[in-house]
Amino acid sequence: MILHGFAHKLGDDINTDYIISGKYKFKTLDMKELSAYLFEDIDPEFTKKIKPGDFIVAGKNFGCGSSREQAPLVIKYAGLGGVIAMSFARIFYRNAINNGLPLVECDTSKINDGDELSVDLENGILEDITQNFKVAINPLPPFMMELLRNGGLVNYFKKYGGYSIG
Amino acid sequence: MSHKTLTERIFESHLNREPKVGEVVVVDVDFAMGQDGTSPLAIQKFYEMGGEEIFNPQKVALVLDHGAPSPNEGTSNLHKMMREFSYKYGVKLFEIGSGICHQLIPETGFAGPYDIIVGADSHTCTYGAVGAFSTGVGSSELAAVMISGKLWFKIPPSVRIILGGKLPTGVYSKDIILYLAKILGADGATYKALEFEGEVIDQLSMDARFTISNMVVEVGAKAGIFPVDEKTKEWLKERGRLNVPDLSIDSEVRYESTLEINVTELEPQVALPHRVDNVTNISDIDDIPIHQGFIGTCTNGRIEDLETAASILKGRQIYHQVRLIVGCASKKIYLEAMEKGLVKTFIDAGATVINPGCGPCVGTHAGVPADGENVISTANRNFKGRMGNNKAFIYLASPATVVASCLTGKITDPRRFL
Repeated sequence: MILHGFAHKLGDDINTDYIISGKYKFKTLDMKELSAYLFEDIDPEFTKKIKPGDFIVAGKNFGCGSSREQAPLVIKYAGLGGVIAMSFARIFYRNAINNGLPLVECDTSKINDGDELSVDLENGILEDITQNFKVAINPLPPFMMELLRNGGLVNYFKKYGGYSIG
Repeated sequence: MSHKTLTERIFESHLNREPKVGEVVVVDVDFAMGQDGTSPLAIQKFYEMGGEEIFNPQKVALVLDHGAPSPNEGTSNLHKMMREFSYKYGVKLFEIGSGICHQLIPETGFAGPYDIIVGADSHTCTYGAVGAFSTGVGSSELAAVMISGKLWFKIPPSVRIILGGKLPTGVYSKDIILYLAKILGADGATYKALEFEGEVIDQLSMDARFTISNMVVEVGAKAGIFPVDEKTKEWLKERGRLNVPDLSIDSEVRYESTLEINVTELEPQVALPHRVDNVTNISDIDDIPIHQGFIGTCTNGRIEDLETAASILKGRQIYHQVRLIVGCASKKIYLEAMEKGLVKTFIDAGATVINPGCGPCVGTHAGVPADGENVISTANRNFKGRMGNNKAFIYLASPATVVASCLTGKITDPRRFL
């Protein structure tokens, strides 16, 4: 799985309220509609800056706070290719993989806003094409890689009828 | 027999073997819950997964609390979807006005020691106060549990939190957990379980323990578990759970780390905007005007919180440029507060009492602040926009600090009124 796109840099502790505000998510299950409000509370112009396949590049603890699965879904429906962060909060991490949204955990400190990136998930390498350097990425646990390969938990459940681990 | 953390013992009871920290296991879930912000998506996923029946309708509850009664047609249609699902499959539905999921689940006797509980809400960690391993999940995972009754977990390492000393007057469990957030930071316990012990626990009521377990997710923790004592057993017995097993900390266990906090010198704590871990001593706060106070939520909407607030408000009037909103965490608490005269005290003091639910805390309705306003709230989150307006500022504190601040119109040390 090779991903390619440009970096949109954010800080540490980006919570799921910032990803999608509670005042919207209680009203609808239309994720395309909700995706227009992505990061509205911290950057109202965010959705105008992104192109399909681009990445969110963040610091530590991305996705902390509420368990809302609308958070990874609106990122996906906004057309982003994945999230690259120093670390992720656990519920968001599970929710993202369950919905087939790629997450990359690695040192993001040298990546600049706007950098062109290429991510090789299988071999665990992120390449910053703009600055010409490579970073090793922390591999997904095998079971989560399996979920991602299947496109998320719904497809996994349809295929196996339950959890086929443990 | 080897020494084990509370978390390991709870998982051992489900696996019938010793779990290892870091291993991925699939276990039977004892109870699963969803609320109105997460259940509609779970229901959609349930059908997408090919769900045809609930593994055990007695072990699933759906709660209408985040936007209840519904503030708009979109929410109404999602509520309808939950009602129809509940009627069709026979899962427990807590209607509007019943209260907040994290009060209702333990209050109804659905949570107890050794239970593994998941809820599609991050504050599901609240039930750690009664010795459960309970944690928040997303909607897809709730759907998977509704179908299979199982979920996978990575056994977390545990951090031991020893609470020593004696809580001073005017300082509460909310101040302890805010202080802990300050020390650990928003990701200080990510993927870990916190296990509480120490002499302070004996001094804490069950209501006070729920406040602490409720907020462990604010430091990233997966669970925040209290040992079971006589208070726990008595509380559970009153809610229909008899023969409650023991669950106590084994002092020989080697924890990943241990944090000792002496609360004797602790003063009231306040989390400043827009981070839960941006916590300061109340004595370090200069005049900060307050426009709205809010007492309630799954953190501090219980009877003890209301009693504390009412004892300070009794015979006083809130400052004329402040409004105070009070919401009980459940219908049962609301009725008790009425019987005890607390509701009258609130209304006499100038407060607005709203129906049990989450409303103001999540910005759905019943108390959205205006641009530039400061709110002091007993909730667990003060993120920008949390209460529905990203141009407002939210401060978090104990119920006593919230009412003291509403009496003076600025953030105020409650000890002034005690």
